[in-house]
Amino acid sequence: MPTFVYMTRCDGCGECVDICPSDIMHIDKTLRRAYNIEPNMCWECYSCVKACPHQAIDVRGYADFAPLGHSVRVIRDEEKGTIAWRIKFRNGKKDMELLAPITTKPWGTGQPKLSEVAAPSSEMRNSELLYNEPKYVRMDDGGLHTLESNGLTLKEGVYY
Amino acid sequence: MGYKTIIEDNIDVLVVGAGLGGTGAAFEARYWGQNKKIVIAEKANIDRSGAVAQGLYAINCYMGTRWGENNPEDHVRYARMDLMGMVREDLAFDMARHVDSAVHQFEEWGLPLMKDPDTGHYLREGRWQIMIHGESYKPIVAEAAKKSADKVFNRICVTHMLMDDAKENRVAGAVGFNVRTGNYHVFKSKTVICGAGGASNIFKPRSVGEGAGRVWYAPWSSGSAYGLMIDAGAKMTQMENRIVLARFKDGYGPVGAYFLHLKTYTQNGLGEEYESKWFPALTEMVGKEYLDTEGQHLSHKPIPTCLRNHAFINEVNAGRGPIHMVTMEAFQDPHLEEIGWHNFLGMTVGQAVLWAATDVDPKYENPELTTSEPYVMGSHATGCGAWCSGPEDVSPDEYFWGYNRMTTVEGLFGAGDAVGGTPHAFSSGSFTEGRLAAKAACKYIDDGKAEGIKVSEQQIADFKAKIYKPMETYKVYRNEIVAGSVNPHYINPRQGLDRLQKMMDEYCGGFGVNYMTNEKLLQIGLRKMKVFGEDLESIAAEDIHELLRAWELKHRYLTSESVFQHTLFRKETRWPGYYYRGDAMKLDDENWHVLTVSQRDRKTGEYTMEKAPLYHLVGDAEE
Repeated sequence: MPTFVYMTRCDGCGECVDICPSDIMHIDKTLRRAYNIEPNMCWECYSCVKACPHQAIDVRGYADFAPLGHSVRVIRDEEKGTIAWRIKFRNGKKDMELLAPITTKPWGTGQPKLSEVAAPSSEMRNSELLYNEPKYVRMDDGGLHTLESNGLTLKEGVYY
Repeated sequence: MGYKTIIEDNIDVLVVGAGLGGTGAAFEARYWGQNKKIVIAEKANIDRSGAVAQGLYAINCYMGTRWGENNPEDHVRYARMDLMGMVREDLAFDMARHVDSAVHQFEEWGLPLMKDPDTGHYLREGRWQIMIHGESYKPIVAEAAKKSADKVFNRICVTHMLMDDAKENRVAGAVGFNVRTGNYHVFKSKTVICGAGGASNIFKPRSVGEGAGRVWYAPWSSGSAYGLMIDAGAKMTQMENRIVLARFKDGYGPVGAYFLHLKTYTQNGLGEEYESKWFPALTEMVGKEYLDTEGQHLSHKPIPTCLRNHAFINEVNAGRGPIHMVTMEAFQDPHLEEIGWHNFLGMTVGQAVLWAATDVDPKYENPELTTSEPYVMGSHATGCGAWCSGPEDVSPDEYFWGYNRMTTVEGLFGAGDAVGGTPHAFSSGSFTEGRLAAKAACKYIDDGKAEGIKVSEQQIADFKAKIYKPMETYKVYRNEIVAGSVNPHYINPRQGLDRLQKMMDEYCGGFGVNYMTNEKLLQIGLRKMKVFGEDLESIAAEDIHELLRAWELKHRYLTSESVFQHTLFRKETRWPGYYYRGDAMKLDDENWHVLTVSQRDRKTGEYTMEKAPLYHLVGDAEE
C-alpha cells in the first residue's frame, strides 16, 4: 500500500528519504517536498510514516485490491518507548486505538560497547563459545551443548 | 561519468548487508577483533533495513534450554521433518545451541519480550516461537552493530565481491555504488561476511499493478546474497527449495500467531476440515517416513509445511475454495482480538490496512487465505544458500573446511539467508549465524589466511565500468527515440523484472501454473534465461535509482538461474506444495536423499551440479 505525502504538511526535511528501505521516498525537485516515486516497490512497512516529524505521510491501500476510505495512522515515540496506532474501517463501524511498547530501556543505552569489554582468553578463542557464553545460553553455569554432551552422532543415510 | 572513486582500505571484516545476519556479524566481530577494522556496507539505512525493517511480533527460534523447554537437537529434528529431510544438521545444531544467548542479549538491549504471568518464562506462541513487542526490533539490534563497527556506510548497493589477484578463489573485499551520490565505492577487506538478503519478486507475484510491492518477503530482498556469492564462484546448495506461504489473502499477513496462539484453524468454502482427506494420497507420494498421520499424531511430529500447502492447493483446485481462517471463535475474546491486530501492526501493517479498507472484522467474518508466489531464501521454512563449512566439533569431513560459515570461496562467509541448508533460523538464528561467522572470520585473519591479498587497479577499473554501464547505455540510446520507454536498444529494470517473473512463473513452477514444472519446461526456461542474460547487458538506467534497480535485477537473475539449474537437477518431487516436478511426482529417497550443490564458473558462466551426502543427528539411544 503505497505511501503518499500531504502537500501542506511536508517541509522537505528528508527524514523519509533517509529511512526508506526501498529507496522510493524522494524529494520532488520542483516542489521541494517528498513523494513516493515507485509505489509498486512499497512494502507498506511504515518506516517513513513513523519517521516523519510532521505526520505528513500516510498510506492509501494498494489500488489493485484495497477500496478507498480507510485509515491506519501511527505515532512512534522513542522517548516514551511506545507506538500508538489508530485503525478506522471504510464503513466507519470500527475505530480502534492500540498501544504497544517498543523498548524497555532508554533509547540506545542497553547495548554494550564490545571494544571496551575484557578481551577473550586464548582458551575461549579456541572454544566454540561466543561473547557472553556459556553464561547467556542458559543463564546458569551450564556449558554449551555438544554432540558428546547430548549423546548424539551425525550419521550418513536415511534416518528419521 | 563524473562519479568519484572512494576507496576504504585495510578493512579486516567487511559486512555486506546489515539485516539480522549482518548486524549479528558486525556486533560479534568487535569482541573477537577488538583492534580490527570492521566496516558495514548497507544498501538502505541500517536502522530499518532487511526483512525485519518493519518489525516482528515473534521470535520464531528460541530453544528455552534455561527452562528445560527444548534442546538444540529437538529443533534440528523439527527442521528436518519440516524440510522433508533436507537440512545441514551440523549447521542447524550449531545455530540452535547458540541462539538463546542472542535472545537473552536482545532482552538486555531493551527489546520487549512478553512473559508468561504464571511462570515468568518468555510467553510461548508455539514450541519454538516466543512473543515480542518487536516494532523496534531492527533499530534496537542495529544500535548494537553500530556500537561495534568502525564505520557504517548506508545506501551502498554492493554489486560484486572483489577477488584476490594474488591467489585464486580468495575474496578481497567488495565494490558498489552510493545510491544517493552515485559515487563508486571500493572496500578492500581481508574477509567479507555476506549478510545480504534472499529473493522476493523473482516469481510473478499474485498482486498486480500498484500492488506489486505487496509481496510476502520484503521487495528490497533482491537475492543479493545469492547474486553476490554466485558471481564470486561460491558453491550453492538447495536452491531448488523455494518456499510458498499460506497467508491471509492479498495482504500476506502472518498466520503463525493465529494458528499457534489464537488457536484459529482453516476450513474450506463449505465450512469443512479439508486437510486430512488429502493425506492418504500424499503419503503415497512422499512415503510413510514423511507423512504418517497416525504415527505423527502419536509422536507429535508436525505435518511439514509444504504438505499442508499441498492440501490447500488441491482443495482449491477441486473447486471447494476459498480456504478460510476461522477467526470468529477466538476473536470473541477481546484480549485475543487485540493480539490478532497487534500481530499485524507489529510486522505486516498492510494486512491491517487491507482489512480496514475492506471492512473485514475477523470477529464477525472468517478471512480468506491464499498460497503465495514462491520465494527463494534461507532463513524461514526453507534452506537456499551458499554451501558453507560447519563448526569443527560437529561437522563431518564433507561439511568442514576450516572455518565456520565460510563459503567455498576463501575469506567469504555467510549469515542468514546467505547460508544454505539452515532453515528455521528466522531472525534470532540469522543474528546467531552472523555472530558465528564473525568469530570464524577473525580467526581466519589471526591464522594468517588473509596475507598477501592483491587487488589490481585493473580489477577496480573493470568493475567501475561494469557498474555504470546501464547509465552509459541510457545516455547513448535515449535520444534515438522521441519519448517513452520503448527503445530497440535497451530495456529498463522494470521491464526486465517483468520478463524474469514471467519466465520463473511459467517455466519454474510459479503460482500461475499451480507450482508445476518438468524437465522440458525447465530446459525451455533455461534457454530463455540465457537470452535474457544477454539482454541484461543492454539494460538501461536513467538515474542512480534505476541503476540500483538494474543491479538488484542482475542479482535476481543470477539467483533465478541457479533455481532453474537446481530444480532441473533434482529429479523428484521432494516438497509437494512448494513445487512439483510433473515428470517425477514422487519423493525418491533412493536417488535423492542428498543435498544438491552447484557451482557457476566465474569465467564461462557454466554450471556444474553435484550431490552431497546428508548426515542426520542420531541419538545414542536410537542407535
